[in-house]
Amino acid sequence: MLNTKNVIETIKMIDRYKFDIRTITMGISLLDCCDSDGKKSRQKIYDKITKTAEKLVPTVEEVEKEYGIPVINKRIAVTPISLIGSASSDKNYVEYARVLDKAASEVGIDFLGGFSALVQKGQTKGDQILINSIPEALSVTQKVCSSVNVASTKAGINMDAVKLMGKIIKNTAYLTKDEDSLGCAKLVVFANAVEDNPFMAGAFHGVGENESCLSVGVSGPGVVKTALEKVKGESFDVVSDTIKKTAFKITRAGELMVKEVSNRLGIPFGIMDLSLAPTPEIGDSVARILEEMGLESCGTHGTTAALALLNDAVKKGGIMASSHVGGLSGAFIPVSEDEGMIQAVNKSSMNLEKLEAMTCVCSVGLDMIAIPGDTSESTISAIIADECAIGVINNKSTAVRLIPVYGKGIGEEAEFGGLLGRAPIMAVNKYSSEAFVARGGRIPAPVHSFKN
Amino acid sequence: MKAVVTIIGKDNIGIISKFSTVLAKENVNILDINQTVMQEYFTMIMLVDLDMMKIKFSDLQNKLTEAGKQISMTVRIQHEDIFNTMYEV
Repeated sequence: MLNTKNVIETIKMIDRYKFDIRTITMGISLLDCCDSDGKKSRQKIYDKITKTAEKLVPTVEEVEKEYGIPVINKRIAVTPISLIGSASSDKNYVEYARVLDKAASEVGIDFLGGFSALVQKGQTKGDQILINSIPEALSVTQKVCSSVNVASTKAGINMDAVKLMGKIIKNTAYLTKDEDSLGCAKLVVFANAVEDNPFMAGAFHGVGENESCLSVGVSGPGVVKTALEKVKGESFDVVSDTIKKTAFKITRAGELMVKEVSNRLGIPFGIMDLSLAPTPEIGDSVARILEEMGLESCGTHGTTAALALLNDAVKKGGIMASSHVGGLSGAFIPVSEDEGMIQAVNKSSMNLEKLEAMTCVCSVGLDMIAIPGDTSESTISAIIADECAIGVINNKSTAVRLIPVYGKGIGEEAEFGGLLGRAPIMAVNKYSSEAFVARGGRIPAPVHSFKN
Repeated sequence: MKAVVTIIGKDNIGIISKFSTVLAKENVNILDINQTVMQEYFTMIMLVDLDMMKIKFSDLQNKLTEAGKQISMTVRIQHEDIFNTMYEV
């Protein structure tokens, strides 16, 4: 019959350790919204999104109540707009972003991703127009998120696109300067972007996906940390096992809920993303899990090993718990969205170089990092190139979400609010990468990508 | 559908009667009751059957919360499946 211990544990997880489902994201294909007339295309987009996602928010809220586990965000991911826009003769896609924003508000979701382009090998006309529209698009919309894939293990690194993205990030920072360059928090540059990622800002609905589907991202750093508090001083075998068991439980809860939403909406379940996603709240930090393993402060020597163990154990536990795993799946290490990470930066325990090393073993990359507003375009491009190299060579997704906060420098802080948090401005290397970035062209795909 | 009702708060007279009245009124059958006192907090867990219930789930949830407020207890009602899925392979 009833196992009292399990009931109490679950309730504690939710009440005290901030267990929640981070996001349920509906992917919607917009491929049938192409039109040679941009205006008609946008009307089709608006109609399709508002019709397909009409019941998303109320249904998720209903299931949330019945299962008693909060779902923090409801989101939508759409087909990369560069593919849709290119059918039209439009020279600028800002209007597409406005329509997406309007549709997102209409259905009551938090964020909509897919103002995106995939240019790992080269750019089409539509890709170019989209990328050039990003700064304005992100400054005139609230909920639209943008991503650009500039590299892949199969194609190598498109250094022309990397160079361009340095400029685009700076322009976005300038156009949203009144809000601490918030626009850049909604823009991510990827290597090996995945087509079914439910997390923002990088979510888009890939062309190999269903007409529409539901994916879910669980959270739960607080739950993992609490579980580890109970095994203080024990060996890493025990640590890994404890994380696996915890990941299993939280993944199962997430999958149960998304399947229920999927039944009620009649939209297929896509994947479960096993990422541990922190929030700026106390007790919901990935950095604190690493510290719980025995590090005095996140960022000190041992941090990369601790993160590698965490990331791997979360995957092992989660894979067993879910029928379909996908997305980014691993631990996120955003700076501004993680209370422990912010503290680590503030006490100079964490720097950009250590974060870069950590991205070799975790699921995302340099995420939500504020850098001085006067950082040059080429330095930003070079940081992107480094991160892409890690992704391309290691056959994993990596991303860069940097915020060159306009008008601010070292010692100051950017404040984004809500889940995006706040970020102390971090130093970048003062030496130039200008001539490196100016070369352009492509860095060829690594030899181990030729597996056929 | 079966659901788990969890009631947590300071121990008091009449807790069971308070909530069982609400449940009975809405045609909800109690299948199992378990109660413990953990760190001076009274915890009661009930497994209930909602198949014959006359009102919506959210309405029952509101009624239970309201009843809980009157005697300073926190009440939750959750689908039973959540506990089974999380702890069983």
